Amino acid sequence: MTPPLPPLLAGPEGPAADAGWGAGTERKGFFTDTSICIGCKACEVACKEWNRNPVDGDLEILGSSYDNTGALGANTWRHVAFVEQTKDRIEEARESGRKLVSLGMPSIGPKERAVPAAGADTTPPDTPEFRWLMSSDVCKHCTNAGCLDVCPTGAIFRSEFGSVVVQSDVCNGCGTCVGACPFGVIERRDDGTVSAKVDREEPVPHRGTANKCTLCYDRLVDGEQPACSATCPTQSITFGDREDLVEEARDRLAQMHSQGRTEARLYGANSADGVGGTGSVFLLLDEPEVYGLPPDPQVPTKDMPMMMRQVGVAALGMAAATALAFLGARR
Amino acid sequence: MQDIANADCIVIEGSNMAEAHPVAFQWVMEAKKRGARVIHVDPRFTRTSANADRHVPIRTGTDVVLLGGLIRHVLENDLWFEEYVRLFTNASTILSEEYADAEDGEGLFSGYDPETGTYDNATWAYAGEHEQVRRGLPERDESLQHPRSVFQVLKRHYARYTPEMVEATCGISPEDFAYLAESITSASGRERTTCFVYALGWTQHQGGAQMIRTAGVLQLLLGNVGRPGSGIMAMRGHATIQGSTDIPTLYHILPGYLPMPKAGQDDFREYVDAIGHKEQKGFWANAETYTVNLLKAWWGDAATAENDWAYDYLPKLTGAHGTYQTTMRMLEDGVDGFFLLGQNPAVGSANGRLQREAMSHLKWLVVRDFHMIESATFWKDGPEIETGEMRTEDIGTEVFFLPAANHTEKAGSFTQTQRMVQWRDKAVDPPGDARSELDFLYELGRRVREKLAGSTDPRDRPLLDLTWDYPTDEHGEVEAEAVLAEINGRHLTGEKAGQPLSAFAEMTADGSTDGGCWIYAGVFADGVNQARRRTPGAEQDEIAADWGWAWPANRRILYNRASADAEGRPWSERKKLVWWDEEQGHWVGDDVPDFPATKRPDDPGEPGKGGAAALAGTDAFIMQADGRGWLFAPTGLVDGPLPTHYEAPESTVPNPLYLQQSNPTRVGFKAGEDNLNSPGALGLGGRVYPYVFTTYRITEHHTAGGMSRFLPYLSELQPELYMEVSPELAAEVGLEPYGWATVISARSAIETKVLVTERMTPLRIGDRTIHQVGLPYHWARGDQAIVTGDGVNDLIGMNLDANTQIQNSKNNACAIRPGRRPRGPALLELVEEYRRRAGIVDAEHHVLERPETPRDAQLDPTDESVAHHARGPEEAPAVPVAQPSQREMRNR
Repeated sequence: MTPPLPPLLAGPEGPAADAGWGAGTERKGFFTDTSICIGCKACEVACKEWNRNPVDGDLEILGSSYDNTGALGANTWRHVAFVEQTKDRIEEARESGRKLVSLGMPSIGPKERAVPAAGADTTPPDTPEFRWLMSSDVCKHCTNAGCLDVCPTGAIFRSEFGSVVVQSDVCNGCGTCVGACPFGVIERRDDGTVSAKVDREEPVPHRGTANKCTLCYDRLVDGEQPACSATCPTQSITFGDREDLVEEARDRLAQMHSQGRTEARLYGANSADGVGGTGSVFLLLDEPEVYGLPPDPQVPTKDMPMMMRQVGVAALGMAAATALAFLGARR
Repeated sequence: MQDIANADCIVIEGSNMAEAHPVAFQWVMEAKKRGARVIHVDPRFTRTSANADRHVPIRTGTDVVLLGGLIRHVLENDLWFEEYVRLFTNASTILSEEYADAEDGEGLFSGYDPETGTYDNATWAYAGEHEQVRRGLPERDESLQHPRSVFQVLKRHYARYTPEMVEATCGISPEDFAYLAESITSASGRERTTCFVYALGWTQHQGGAQMIRTAGVLQLLLGNVGRPGSGIMAMRGHATIQGSTDIPTLYHILPGYLPMPKAGQDDFREYVDAIGHKEQKGFWANAETYTVNLLKAWWGDAATAENDWAYDYLPKLTGAHGTYQTTMRMLEDGVDGFFLLGQNPAVGSANGRLQREAMSHLKWLVVRDFHMIESATFWKDGPEIETGEMRTEDIGTEVFFLPAANHTEKAGSFTQTQRMVQWRDKAVDPPGDARSELDFLYELGRRVREKLAGSTDPRDRPLLDLTWDYPTDEHGEVEAEAVLAEINGRHLTGEKAGQPLSAFAEMTADGSTDGGCWIYAGVFADGVNQARRRTPGAEQDEIAADWGWAWPANRRILYNRASADAEGRPWSERKKLVWWDEEQGHWVGDDVPDFPATKRPDDPGEPGKGGAAALAGTDAFIMQADGRGWLFAPTGLVDGPLPTHYEAPESTVPNPLYLQQSNPTRVGFKAGEDNLNSPGALGLGGRVYPYVFTTYRITEHHTAGGMSRFLPYLSELQPELYMEVSPELAAEVGLEPYGWATVISARSAIETKVLVTERMTPLRIGDRTIHQVGLPYHWARGDQAIVTGDGVNDLIGMNLDANTQIQNSKNNACAIRPGRRPRGPALLELVEEYRRRAGIVDAEHHVLERPETPRDAQLDPTDESVAHHARGPEEAPAVPVAQPSQREMRNR
């Protein structure tokens, strides 16, 4: 097994500092605690209202429980998934989570956190017969962002908040970033969008360019928090300094584990994962795939240094061979 | 509302709080975070259930049995909060010898008149010498052993509400019942409190008021009223429903819960004494003062002592004038004009077809809304145009559409369920011609008065003498705060003349003060809009007294004297709220004490004086004429002093408790073939409509859709009507997931997409399986909204709770078939065919033959053993309140 690669772009100062914003900038992010999400979709609406994003789809029931927007995309930057599960699947989730705990995987922080207080009741609660999972997904604002790495025009930049933002006036719509996102988040806003029956006052903005969550960059520069977290009625979505949020997420995880709810796990909090950790951190109650999230996301540019190294070696070899060939011919 | 966070156990029943009240639900999540147990009792597993510790599925309409079962559990196992019950409730009160309980009358209490379908509540009275009872001092037996004591009557009344009865009636397993019983009883008492949350899932039943009453009885027995984290939280139907009850848009009350006078109640003194006479205990003894101040606020100088404060100017009720009585009146061409302000009856009211037909009988109709809602366009694109029942050219109604300003485009207040008034400023100007209701109504009144100016007709005096002189701002808009100031009231004479009142205690009955709603006195104290206070929660304590203003007197928890014991000490440190401070000689605490401030806990009260002086130091329920919380309600409800279970009119389950099948006082309307009911358990054809449907709302939409189906961001989240069915029912009927189904009731038929989900549970009732389906009612047919669909309320009949005149939307019967509904006149034929098979229309009625045989034709009505020896409902007239003068009044 190869040891995990060190982060490509992000040094110890964080991605914003590495991107040239200098030290002293705090990386911002979301912590989405799906265990207290009530599926109200206020985040979806607040996001669209603030960003003036067009509606998605054909205005027909999608066939996915209460979810009718389907997935993150060019127009939907917050998406709430609804997953209905019966008892056997709940038990599987608890078991798979228990294995993670015994592997010590989520407990990056101080060990004692995951250890319940002496005498505490750690018997798992009765497995319910049925559960309905709800989870609000969003752009991960990766430490090592594939979209940012591959953008040929420089339209995508790393902001002073550590977020990854597309400048639509620079974007030429080439779509390279779309394939580079390991989460399938970024998408080009094309002309296939269904417009509402009522005349919209303004034409669809940013048509033909790549679009995704900006972490409400325009709100952050004014000292406001993003629209979705400001709207969330249960504080399932919280916004803040990523470091604090990860701490908070680990506390919440430890609390749930101490209640025997081993199905809980963190997603995106591990800086050693394939994208160097994400700015948007999640607490999930099942395996990531259940929510439509990749279990092991990898930034496609991960192998770039090795490839460059190998290309370099190869180029040197070729050059040497060529030189040798010429030298040999003179002989 | 935030007090929910203090509860140790929260039972949400008859409410889908997470979906319909997501913002308020934050306090449930907060309570959960603090360790509270949350239980959701509901026919469906919803987003509320997903966040609860346990979901308990229930057969809709059986809540009185479940709650009655809990009452029995509490009484039989001695789990009631004895000290609290003895001190603060009427448990020890002895009832009149003439009282006969429903248990002894096969479901009928004493005093029932089958002719009118109403009760005379004279026999539900307290025992005792007349004058003593009048002064709130009925006979009592402190040992609670007297056979006619409320406590013993209560015990007997609920003796049959056993866990077995709960299982057989509600479909709730003994295990779930035990869990619920253990949860609420272990989270009640000195140290802990349980809170109940309900919404339209209780109110929209025939007998809905009694479901809430049952929870009230249970909470009183457990000592869960007037204390932190206790009570029964009513989640309202939409914004400021509380406010529009306080200052009502209802026909039967005036501001501050003063009843509307009835025809024949011509004497002012008689009217105010009927509300509260001077000799009675508590704050209703001042009813005259409240009434005088209201009349002074409305008619100013024209209201004098000599003319009984212009009492004659008040219209007098001749009967029930609720929404549905008005509908019936329209059908008889008895209504010329109709204003719709923020209402969409074509979609939102029961029996949509009849609603639209009724509006087509109007001469004129004014619709004020944000969009061209269906009530404004039914005459050209309604469902009846398609079926051929209505032709646009035949409709003479002149429809005026006036654009309305939305809540961000006008200033005003919202009053939420915990009586907190919150002011909102205008953020932006309304677009185009859109105006606020305040502006519209002010201008309308101004113009009407202009037209009447100079009239000598006495009937015009009430309009011409109205104080109609609100100041306007620089844009010519009426200042909303001036209205709030009028509601608050002011001193009219003396050295304080012109100054706002600071409390209702400053009101007088001699015309020296006025006030538009006595309970709101103080909201404009010191000339400051107290409702506009917005000190953040982080900058104050948990009571947050500096956020908004709660009536009365900025008190956050009503009857909070009950949070302290007989000596005025908090029941526990953990649940302390207000207490008696001996040194100061004053009630003190975190909240504003809801008790005469200096009345000692051991004060015996001065019964001779009446009013607040008559209250004893333990009479915590200061609005009640006996100072006690009512386990037994001698007055106030028209269908019984104790909640009793009846089946819904269309229920296919025989009432397991009584011969009386459904509520004997229920209000129905005979409208030919337009408001028929399935015979349910009473008739042979009841099983032609074998399934129960319950309607509801979802987070993504708002009531009849006027505020959501026209908005793309909300429409895309739930674009189509759907019906939630269990996998078992889908298999039985042959429904495909996300395919189409047709739902047929005795009123109409609609089509809907199908959502097959394990969130719906078939229930075992006796040896039968009862299938329930869920239908959200937000969609409508028309061509204006972004998303359209069939209107679910077309399926529902006009069957009302006699207490509230609210329709039963939560428990109705239907048949289901796969596929889409027929188009055009064939739709009517389908509905007719089912009616005929159910035997609710004459057999000789002309019915077209249909080629296909509906699948449930196999249910042969003649071979059914449903014929049940039970009493059917009488067609009962509507009665607003149980007063003798009301009993003669008819529906219309």
